[in-house]
Amino acid sequence: MRRLRSLLIPGVDKRLLVKDAAKLLPDPARRRFIAGGASLGALTLLTGCDVSDSFSAEKLLVQISKFNDKVQAAIFNPNTLAPTYTEADITRPFPFNGYYSEDEAPDLDGEDYTFEVRGLVDNKKSWTLDELYKLPEVTQITRHVCVEGWSAIGSWSGTPLRDFLKLVGADTRAKYCWFQCADVDGYNSPLDMATALHPQTQMTFKFDGEILPRKYGYPMKIRVPTKLGFKNPKYVVSMEVTNDYKGGYWEDQGYNSFSGI
Amino acid sequence: MTSISANDDRTVSPPVGIIQPAWVRVVHWINAVAMIVMIMSGWQIYNASPLFDFTFSRSITLGGWLAGALLWHFAAMWLLVVNGLVYLVLGLATGRFRRKLWPITPSGVAADAKAALTGKLSHDDLSRYNQVQKLLYAAIILVGIVVVLSGLSIWKPVQFQWLTAVFGGYDFARYVHFTCMALIVAFLVVHVALALLVPKSLRAMVAGR
Ligand code: HEM
Repeated sequence: MRRLRSLLIPGVDKRLLVKDAAKLLPDPARRRFIAGGASLGALTLLTGCDVSDSFSAEKLLVQISKFNDKVQAAIFNPNTLAPTYTEADITRPFPFNGYYSEDEAPDLDGEDYTFEVRGLVDNKKSWTLDELYKLPEVTQITRHVCVEGWSAIGSWSGTPLRDFLKLVGADTRAKYCWFQCADVDGYNSPLDMATALHPQTQMTFKFDGEILPRKYGYPMKIRVPTKLGFKNPKYVVSMEVTNDYKGGYWEDQGYNSFSGI
Repeated sequence: MTSISANDDRTVSPPVGIIQPAWVRVVHWINAVAMIVMIMSGWQIYNASPLFDFTFSRSITLGGWLAGALLWHFAAMWLLVVNGLVYLVLGLATGRFRRKLWPITPSGVAADAKAALTGKLSHDDLSRYNQVQKLLYAAIILVGIVVVLSGLSIWKPVQFQWLTAVFGGYDFARYVHFTCMALIVAFLVVHVALALLVPKSLRAMVAGR
């Protein structure tokens, strides 16, 4: 038993480890993870050793999540298309989802709106909504899968992101397209380039044949049918093509960054 | 090459006195830990979007909130799968499955179940599983395989869409995955109760004899 304990609890200052793990995460996440300690307690009871202290569970889990990013990037097949559905399959009403309520959702003025393009691109011009609407349009009916487990089928129309990347002369050897949104909290999310170049990844301006309503991300959403819902940013105001991993709203709080499906 | 014969027990049986060989014990306990982590984090994940009219009390879940639970779930899955593959490969290669879990006959199961309920089931030879044990162990191994495959199908419904289709599509596969969990928990309750009722079986699974 003593030997087992010494295996589980290396000779490291427990308090230091906890501080280390907390540093990995932004403030709101830190609070949530610490709240999580309550139910780690159940495992403590089962195993008789304090999991959260003994091997800095969070640090290890974050490491494994990074490993899972790599595994998923390897599993991702750029030629595998998400299944498509018919009009009749569309989920009505399509659920609204966000960390804010529907009437707190960003309310952008289409007249003033510009889409800013930054980073490793030849043409850094900003785009007005009129200009964006003139881009070739395709429609896709695909399944939106939420990290929470529910799913819903919707119809999204817009222009393939990969065509837009070509149009602005983006360096497609860069690692990420990093999207910024108009949310109060500054929602953002990185999209790996392989997924950005996937034929179904779309700059979306319409839902179900109508101009994208406010609740679904007016004026622009990035629809990525090969990713979980939170990697499909709404109210998008800028894109940066970059080699740096700049984190994301949910990614920074512990959701797996690749989150491919 | 050494030949392994399923018929001659002595050539394949571990050293005299050993009821559970070391590899079975190691794999079994790693599996128990991995399963419990998967189940408890799975309950927390379930709570984010419940399939039924109930949620699991936070006091019995792992991870604290959805992201924490997902981190646990997608970490422990490696332990579960790698360990499970080792068990399947060794179980087949050493002939253990054939020797220990086979044959299972309906009449044998009925007879042993009756003997168990009337208190007449012998536990003298722990190196042989009775027919009810054989059935339960074979069944739970199958459920273990299905829980992993259905899990894969809801993790990667685009990349592994053929697998998701096998489980009746994304939404149905969630129910399959949940049902497997429920079966494993039910098995676990019975399994642990019986192990505690026959403590020398538990000693054999820990110490080997
Ligand atoms: C969900 C987790 C578990 C699963 C899936 C599981 C599954 C199994 C399987 C398939 C066997 C047969 C192994 C073989 O002979 O190759 C077995 C044996 C055994 N298990 Fe578990 N087990 C679990 C957890 C536990 C726990 C928590 C205990 C502790 C009470 C336990 C105690 C035993 C014992 C004592 C045996 C020896 C077989 C006997 O003589 O009846 N198991 N288990």
